[in-house]
Amino acid sequence: MARSQRMTALAEDLPLPPRRFSLATAIRRNPTVTFGAVLLLLLIAVAAIGPSFVGDPFKIAPVNRLRPPSERWWFGTDQFGRDVFTRTVYGARVSLIVGLTVAAISSALGLALGLACGYFRRVDGIVMRIMDGVMAIPSILLAIALITLTRPGLAIVIVAIVIPEVPRIVRVVRAVVLSIRAQPYIESAIAGGTRNARLLGRHVVPNTLAPLIVQATYVCASAMLIEASLSFLGAGVPLEVPSWGNIIAQGRSFFQIAPWTILIPGAFLALTVLAVNLLGDGLRDRLDPRLARRL
Amino acid sequence: MSAILEVRDLATQFDTLDGVVRAVDGVSFDLARGETLGIVGESGCGKSVTALSILRLIPPETGRICGGSIRFAGEELTTLPEEAMKRLRGHRISMIFQEPMTSLNPVLTVGTQIAENVVRHTGASKKAARERACEMLDLVRIADPRRRLDEYPHQLSGGMRQRVMIAMALSCDPQVLIADEPTTALDVTIQAQILDLMVDLKEKTGTAIVLITHDLGVIAETAQRVVVMYAGRKVEEAPVEALFDDPQHPYTRGLMRAIPRLDVDVEEGGRRPRLQEIPGLVPRLTQPIVGCAFAPRCELATGRCRATAPPVVDIGGGHTVACWETVR
Amino acid sequence: MTAYIVRRLFAVVPVMAVVALFVFFLLRFAPGDPAAIIAGDDATTEAIAAVRAKLGLDRPMAEQFAVWVWGLARGDLGVSIFSNLPVTRLIAQRLEPTLALTLSTLFVAVALAIPIGVVAAWKARKLVDRLVMGFAVLGFAMPGFVLAYVLIYFFAVQWQLLPVQGYVPIAEGLWPFAQSLILPSVALGITYMALIARITRASMLEVLQQDYIRTANAKGLATDRVLLLHALKNAAVPIVTVIGIGIALLISGVVITETVFNIPGLGRLTVDAVLKRDYPIVQGLILVFAAAKVLVNLMIDISYAFLDPRIRY
Repeated sequence: MARSQRMTALAEDLPLPPRRFSLATAIRRNPTVTFGAVLLLLLIAVAAIGPSFVGDPFKIAPVNRLRPPSERWWFGTDQFGRDVFTRTVYGARVSLIVGLTVAAISSALGLALGLACGYFRRVDGIVMRIMDGVMAIPSILLAIALITLTRPGLAIVIVAIVIPEVPRIVRVVRAVVLSIRAQPYIESAIAGGTRNARLLGRHVVPNTLAPLIVQATYVCASAMLIEASLSFLGAGVPLEVPSWGNIIAQGRSFFQIAPWTILIPGAFLALTVLAVNLLGDGLRDRLDPRLARRL
Repeated sequence: MSAILEVRDLATQFDTLDGVVRAVDGVSFDLARGETLGIVGESGCGKSVTALSILRLIPPETGRICGGSIRFAGEELTTLPEEAMKRLRGHRISMIFQEPMTSLNPVLTVGTQIAENVVRHTGASKKAARERACEMLDLVRIADPRRRLDEYPHQLSGGMRQRVMIAMALSCDPQVLIADEPTTALDVTIQAQILDLMVDLKEKTGTAIVLITHDLGVIAETAQRVVVMYAGRKVEEAPVEALFDDPQHPYTRGLMRAIPRLDVDVEEGGRRPRLQEIPGLVPRLTQPIVGCAFAPRCELATGRCRATAPPVVDIGGGHTVACWETVR
Repeated sequence: MTAYIVRRLFAVVPVMAVVALFVFFLLRFAPGDPAAIIAGDDATTEAIAAVRAKLGLDRPMAEQFAVWVWGLARGDLGVSIFSNLPVTRLIAQRLEPTLALTLSTLFVAVALAIPIGVVAAWKARKLVDRLVMGFAVLGFAMPGFVLAYVLIYFFAVQWQLLPVQGYVPIAEGLWPFAQSLILPSVALGITYMALIARITRASMLEVLQQDYIRTANAKGLATDRVLLLHALKNAAVPIVTVIGIGIALLISGVVITETVFNIPGLGRLTVDAVLKRDYPIVQGLILVFAAAKVLVNLMIDISYAFLDPRIRY
């Protein structure tokens, strides 16, 4: 009985007509997605304008080494006396650049390859074999192998993360294309002589967008994790770049006396990944109910 | 005649996004030992919910029995603790469902699914339960039962799966069998076989049956007594002959006119009389219904019908009906 | 059945072939001069030429390929640039800690995650379920190495319950061995557990809606039998699939976890090889890890046939 009362109460304070989009309702219905979106916007703001407000992330001050968090150094200082707060703000920039760039590049590549696979049987056989092989290699190892053979740099890190992420997108896009191709309306369009390009533009690509966006969100989260892991292992962006992974790696030797050099950037990394994942879950529930049922 | 099952003023509700649905709204009937009672009505009239309510299988997240009483062999089921209810289900009251395709577990063998019921309720050993399962498959006339025991549902035809469901339901000699549209999903020829089997088994075992269906033809072949439901309420109840010979409620009469008949003379020009449909739609159950639920679709409806629900009146011979206009 | 297994076995061959080709061509077609990079920034021309000769990069491509394939066929993964030891021997030396860590994590994570997911689905939308889902979402976002340091900070530094780092071989006693694995296993397994708990819950929720579950309840079966036999067996295929997919998480995670906890296993070997740019070792490890992953997935493919009788062989 209590439940039905609650439901009628809910029904009464819903705005009328209920079809119109209301931000307040959307927020109340999806508190976790809202949380993720707000958090991510904040982090993007920090990454975009933060560096102009904080000091110099490279400024060494041996007098102030390993100071705990205080009013002067919000997040403490590292073994060179550098301000961890300043470095963490710069680190947000690195993480988000890597996450967003990897997501964008792998989506573009994955979409192209996925469409090709879904359309041309012969391409499909070869490309999917290669994708299976690439997916058999754990992504961090694949990135590591590539980095062993090149000079360190942000660009090579991005490439090294893109390669293992592409197959995930290809599989999603290909599955959508194959299921759409089997639809009667597409078969009749083909039979009616509609050109391939037109078919792709009008029917296929729009249908792949929703799952593509959802998958891209997860790729973004995973790319940020891999970048941090690679930097932590010493195989990521060059040591002098203040990325979260690098800050943590440099704090390792002093962890027992200065845990803040690891825990604070670590918490930021976890929060950022959490925000992107929550957003992805929300998008998935909204855009891709088929997938939502599976997870 | 002592009733094994007495249902009084049963009311069951569901929460939906559109509000509370009164799926069953004050239904009463008795089931005598060894009797077959048909419950008939259109889809959505509450007949399946009535069946699930008796076994208390209404999903607790969305629905609940909110009134009335169900007495089985003198015991009140609506307040029985869940553990006692579990000992009853599949043992003294069992149920078979409409979809033989999806009602059997696809990853367990037929033998396991029958035998586990026997083990659960009789405490028999696994080996004895398997023997019993084999016996039951034989009883429902499945050829080569010993081999079938080790098969999975996907290896059986629809009719065979429904036989397995019946074997499972009867494996512990229940006093009541509730059959919810047991033949609806089957081919016509298979339907007849399954109905024959049920009638036959009832003779042998003496199990009382509640047969739920939308098909008056099925009722005519199997039931002794019929309850007609509309919009969650009982509108008429009668022995089967009385109902077919002299239907009282306008809704029952409408249902009769909607049955295709082979025994009516072909009219001139070689055409059978047109089947008549009942005009209008089943009312939404989210609003309380004032007056007779059928009034909006009834050609006899008056102001009184729309204002006050008609009481159930006994017109003799166990024939009761809820209508202001046909019962004077 | 046998035919199904044989077919699955043969499906492994092209995948491993692609992996082998991939590492072969990665070295040959990497941008710039890999020999120069491996030799280091201040290497002399002679040193670079020596590295090139050692890797066989001065030979014609076809010959290099033949040598590489012939070596692989005999189980020869080449020789380390720095120690001159065969890569297979280096890998064998480091195998025990990694196997101990991944296997213990695998079993504990699966053994905990499935019951957690089942309970969450059974008590859907209740408090337990919300806690489990919260854990799953957090666990999925938590970087393994950050969690590792949080664990070390509390359990080893603050409360001094467990060793900070290091590995004790099983030969030196079961308890010290287990103790040295507890924190690394938790750090390594949390994401994996979150993943499995989540898919278990989702898969169970879908199965619990099915008609045959209603039939099982109509038979008055005990709740545990309905959940653990009737529902879980039907929910098993997606769960087992994710257990296999998650092996990748464990393998990537082991590289990081071994670094944090200073465990002398394959992960540590990988990182050391990367820092010294010892490509033959990296390439050997990729082949070994990929083979491990492919084998696990092969076993999972085969297990489908036992879990679902409808799968045609």
